[in-house]
Amino acid sequence: MKQLSSKNYLSETARSIKPSGIRKFFDLANEMEGVVSLGVGEPDFVTSWNICEAAYASMESGYTSYSANAGLLELRQEISTYLQKQFQLEYKAEKEIIVTTGASQAIDIAFRALVDPGDEVLIAEPGFVAYAPIVQLAGGIPVPVPTTADNHFKLTVEQLESHINEKTKMVLLCFPNNPTGATLDREELKKLAAVIRRHDLLVLSDEIYAELSYDQSHCSIASLPEMAERTVVISGFSKAFAMTGWRLGYLAGPEPLLQAMLKIHQYTMMCAPTIAQHGALEALRNGREDVDKMVASYRRRRNYFVKASNRIGLPCHMPGGAFYAFPSIRETGLTSEQFAEQLLQEEKVAVVPGSVFGAGGEGHVRCSYAASMEALQTAIERIGRFVEKRL
Amino acid sequence: MNEKELEILEILEGNARTPLATIADMMEMEKHEVEKIVKSLEERDIILNYQAVINWDHVPSNDGVTAMIDVKVAPKREIGFDGVAERIYRFPEVKAVYLMSGAYDLSVQIEGKTMKEVAFFVSKKLSTLDSVLSTTTHFLLKKYKHDGVIFEPEQKDKRAVVSP
Repeated sequence: MKQLSSKNYLSETARSIKPSGIRKFFDLANEMEGVVSLGVGEPDFVTSWNICEAAYASMESGYTSYSANAGLLELRQEISTYLQKQFQLEYKAEKEIIVTTGASQAIDIAFRALVDPGDEVLIAEPGFVAYAPIVQLAGGIPVPVPTTADNHFKLTVEQLESHINEKTKMVLLCFPNNPTGATLDREELKKLAAVIRRHDLLVLSDEIYAELSYDQSHCSIASLPEMAERTVVISGFSKAFAMTGWRLGYLAGPEPLLQAMLKIHQYTMMCAPTIAQHGALEALRNGREDVDKMVASYRRRRNYFVKASNRIGLPCHMPGGAFYAFPSIRETGLTSEQFAEQLLQEEKVAVVPGSVFGAGGEGHVRCSYAASMEALQTAIERIGRFVEKRL
Repeated sequence: MNEKELEILEILEGNARTPLATIADMMEMEKHEVEKIVKSLEERDIILNYQAVINWDHVPSNDGVTAMIDVKVAPKREIGFDGVAERIYRFPEVKAVYLMSGAYDLSVQIEGKTMKEVAFFVSKKLSTLDSVLSTTTHFLLKKYKHDGVIFEPEQKDKRAVVSP
């Protein structure tokens, strides 16, 4: 296609956003044959058949039109019941829950509704690659708050408080964490909550990995006293129910905040896909047994992979949740990007360099253990050989 | 049966070749502990055998046939269904025998080289048993799923190689 003149037509905002560091690895790995991939940020299970079947049935019955902007009321009621039962969170289906097109869209409309130009948003990093760019798109300033390996990548009160100033508007939390697998228990969250209340900040809590908590059940910061009114919880169906391609998430929070987000949602998305919403209804009604089985399977693979990683010379803490191990590669003398690139070239194993996940990620690589045991065993063998040459 | 035993059974049912050391890692246990549990499961006749699931349709020289036979029987006072079943499962060509509820009593799975061979077995050996009242033979044409394993089409990972 012919290009427009040399004048730059792109918005300053678009130009200011950095391209995702993961993209480069995707392109590299995708062209290779025989790659064992630990680079995938999604379950290796396909969606349970009863959920797929429910979506077919909804199409057969003609549910192919828009739903209510906030999502099918029936689904919001199920989400409300689920959040109550699973995490002791109280949200009314009518006004305090919005069904979104994946948790990603939920993050987008939440920031757009809450951030003014110049507002600072504290983001615990390493973290999911999309948070900072979405804050920027909303006009805000993302401020990374590094977590460290010696704390098992938990966000501490000291780290949080040292980054708060008069411009700080809100804190983004994502625990269990992508990429570190770190979790925060009730006591740890209580301490953070006290700081957050004292400075009158809002919390956006991305709890997409909540179900994938292996050593103790997940605690939501919104369930702590006096926190629900200043917290917006984000979750979805992708990870726990293995429904990434369905693009279905949700927001739960206080009515005044949620209604502002709904306004943006109405104009930019109308509603989440209706067919996917019918699948999600089935997931919440009859999916518990499958979720428990998948969680048990991830737990076993986590135990295996972390133990093996330590054995082959890549020190790794035992992550409490998600499906990622985040071993240190410092001993090899390589940067995380060099490590990932050379490992891919030499041994055809795809991992993601920790540096793409922001502050504090350097010196580590993200290994997703959402892969078959056979793939994990092969990967360990190959990584072991690779590391041995460099230690 | 405790939780650890159940979990080991689950792992071995998925892949009977999982090394004991790997099972130990997966369960945060020591290898010798796993070994002890597996041994006890074997001794208690809970684990009977370690078999491969084979798609014989992909073996070129294989041209055998499998039949499922519904058998109605009149159980004898002294021996009951178990005795009749034993008379049947002792034949080496019988691969499986189940006691069923419903329209018939025993479901018998036979493997033979040819349909004729199976038919011969039914008419000469099965039907002639005292307690057997009637048989209905169904030949198996294609296996789609066996013991939880889908045979075709190949189950490939459809995810992108790297994603956030």
